[in-house]
Amino acid sequence: MNKLNKWMRSPGFYSVAASIGAIIVGLLFGFIVLVITNPQQALPAFTTILLGGFTNGIKGFGQVLYLATPLVMAGLSVGFAFKTGLFNIGASGQMIVGGFIAILIGVKCEFLGQFQWVIALLGAILGGALWALIPGIFKALFNVHEVISSIMMNYIGMYAVNMLVVKYVYDSYKSQSTLIAESAVLPKLGLQELTNGSNLNSGFFIAILFVIVIYIILKKTVFGYELVACGHNQDASEYAGIKAKRNVILAMVIAGGLAGAGAGLMYLAGAGKHIMVVDVLLGEGFTGIPIALLGLSNPIGVFFSAIFIAHITVGGFYMQLYDFVPEIVNIMISVIIYFSAFALIVKNIITFFLKRNDDKKEKKPTKKIEEEK
Amino acid sequence: MDGPGLRKRRFVLDYIIEMLGITKSFPGILANDNITLRLKKGEIHALLGENGAGKSTLMSVLFGLYKPDKGIIKKNGKEINITNPNDANNYGIGMVHQHFKLVHNFTVLENIIMGVEPTKRGLLKLEDARKKVIELSKKYNLYVDPDSYIQDITVGMQQRVEIIKMLYRDNEILIFDEPTAMLTPQEIHELMGIMRGLAAEGKSILFITHKLEEIKLVSDRCTILQKGKYIDTLDVESTSKEKMSELMVGRKIEFTVIKDKANAKDIVLEVKNLTVNSKHSVKPKVKNISFNVKAGEVVCVAGIDGNGQSELVYALTGLEKPNEGEIKLNNKDITKASIRQRSDAGMSHIPEDRHKHGLVLDYDLAKNLVLQSYYKKEFQNHGFLKFKEIDDYSEKLIEKFDIRSGQGSKTVARSMSGGNQQKAIVAREIDKDPEILIAVQPTRGLDVGAIEYIHKQLIKQRDKGKAILLVSLELEEVMNVSDRILVMYEGEIVANLDPKKVTMEDLGLYMSGAKREEKVV
Repeated sequence: MNKLNKWMRSPGFYSVAASIGAIIVGLLFGFIVLVITNPQQALPAFTTILLGGFTNGIKGFGQVLYLATPLVMAGLSVGFAFKTGLFNIGASGQMIVGGFIAILIGVKCEFLGQFQWVIALLGAILGGALWALIPGIFKALFNVHEVISSIMMNYIGMYAVNMLVVKYVYDSYKSQSTLIAESAVLPKLGLQELTNGSNLNSGFFIAILFVIVIYIILKKTVFGYELVACGHNQDASEYAGIKAKRNVILAMVIAGGLAGAGAGLMYLAGAGKHIMVVDVLLGEGFTGIPIALLGLSNPIGVFFSAIFIAHITVGGFYMQLYDFVPEIVNIMISVIIYFSAFALIVKNIITFFLKRNDDKKEKKPTKKIEEEK
Repeated sequence: MDGPGLRKRRFVLDYIIEMLGITKSFPGILANDNITLRLKKGEIHALLGENGAGKSTLMSVLFGLYKPDKGIIKKNGKEINITNPNDANNYGIGMVHQHFKLVHNFTVLENIIMGVEPTKRGLLKLEDARKKVIELSKKYNLYVDPDSYIQDITVGMQQRVEIIKMLYRDNEILIFDEPTAMLTPQEIHELMGIMRGLAAEGKSILFITHKLEEIKLVSDRCTILQKGKYIDTLDVESTSKEKMSELMVGRKIEFTVIKDKANAKDIVLEVKNLTVNSKHSVKPKVKNISFNVKAGEVVCVAGIDGNGQSELVYALTGLEKPNEGEIKLNNKDITKASIRQRSDAGMSHIPEDRHKHGLVLDYDLAKNLVLQSYYKKEFQNHGFLKFKEIDDYSEKLIEKFDIRSGQGSKTVARSMSGGNQQKAIVAREIDKDPEILIAVQPTRGLDVGAIEYIHKQLIKQRDKGKAILLVSLELEEVMNVSDRILVMYEGEIVANLDPKKVTMEDLGLYMSGAKREEKVV
């Protein structure tokens, strides 16, 4: 009991509780919208959203994890930047550039044999990192805000990639990039058979690997200590002899690399995803922002929030069956993000209940803590 | 001006505010334990206590920022319920916070009327407000220019704006939360006069401080808190300084620093022709300064705030690049060395602004205590932090330097009291075992117990043969601790004095530029 009590008072518990509280409020809000637009179909539609991927059994579940893969990476990219005090709104551009390099290597470099997918993935990481390097340098040396410069880089990336796709890897019938070579496709590891023919592949596990690596970097290493210190207080970091400018650049580059890797995992999945030559920014990069917010920028939190977002997005695909638009899910996600900012309220509510509990036992909380000591 | 005795006779009527049995707890800390405070009408009532004694918490309860767990507040004998600062304002309670709540790019007038703007059909009517502000500033001798921008006026002026803000709202109970922490000696003197004037006009003042001289100077009565508990309410006139400090800290305090004669040896820090230009104007902030600090002595840079002391320290510690000159540490040129190189060469720095430079407020105490050493072998292994060693080290420092906090090593620095934050910085910088310790206003905002402690630590380091450069704005500290005084005025060193041979008055003259030595150093 004592242990539970202590755990309930830890900041980690507050954070998770805040996110879960936000999710519940968001879902309820979505349900209300459903009821207002079409009362008869509201309940079955809502159940479908909650079931999400599971509507389609094990295959649906595999599909959720497949869809979550680039989202995990995008969320990780934005969340990592948040932790170091930067707002990486440029994940979209970093992804499209990384994705293009992955496809370029995937199409043109068949001579690499079985290593082709590895090199293509590394290329994607490099591409994303390069695209984030520029805002990083601008921020560190000229104090240009990274939001401005990375939004610019999003558009430059999109138009440049459109041009390059048309020039080098263009399938003019479908106006999209050409199919990548067989050896450039990520290993399937038999996961498709296991999940009844979903698109799940080894990319998901590569994403998990990234989550673990980033978690370790942030929490356990000297490098992470410096990065987060810069994020919290750049003056104090400089006072401590940390090269804050170098760290800003490095943090951006790593964030960009993560986004690039996400694009690599998406386009190398061999599931029919291509770069479309249209004048639209890549959505996955922007979805990374709400995922990072909902996951409170913590790599583990980002992982679960990306899966959750993928889960209800899949649920949203079925909405047309019930005469609803799939965008209903976007409304829910927005409300969830909105309420996840209310972490403080949730914290106060929890404190209130804990305290009432304590008062009932007629024990002052402080005395108790003193006793514990 | 009325003497304190006169005032008392005139207003001894009743209690205007009573706080009875106030109890407030935070996770891990009982900040106020059954505290009673009674404020008479027209008196200046000091609230005395160490850092973390619960003064600010008690005032926040009165101001409606915190809700007490237990206890009631009465005004003129009637129970009132204050749930937010607006309530407090409606009951005539105003507060000057330690860190001012002003908008820097607004004018004085705009800041004063903020929240109670006089309007006509939705449009601002500044003229009435201006009249009232000018009236108030005449009545209470608080000169301010209503049209200056906050960012352009001195800290002392900003405080006046805060005071007028309270008066403009017709507050009759004025809370001053450590009002002198940021002020120069002259400004403190003026403030004391203003406070006396306000009390004479019938305002009741609660004065939070831990400076005994100031209490002696202006207050009628004084309530003492110690570690969240109520100790006593005393008549100031009939109580000695020593008695008050003993009640506050719970033990006897030595006011004068006991130290042997300095035993200065080799030169540790040598500065030659140092010039630092200002970022904002062409005028240099530090002009062609030369001096040295020897092992085993405390050299104090004295001066009124803003005469180039900060820039000098920035240049010495590497936070800013000097434009000209040379800095040598143990005969090694470090003029172009990075901050990390200087630190590794044996320089410790207790910074002026503990929130800006000294601490990463969102890191826990343990991480802050290794802020200057996390990269060293003891605390890392191939790039991985050794958390066990860091925690052990942190526990060691917490015990050795008596750093108090709610949850020990795991306490987030932001939630610690100012004094304990400062103790953490001092602990970290001293435990580095430096060749030279540069301490900039190390006792700013601390209570007598902590000041005594930090002064002792500085002398202890000196006696161990370390060189110490102390930058201080407090004359008493300068006279007490230093073995040699360098006076800075407008970016230049105008005097190199022996504290035993100079009077406070003389020192004041040097600091204000009225006097300077022909040949310095």
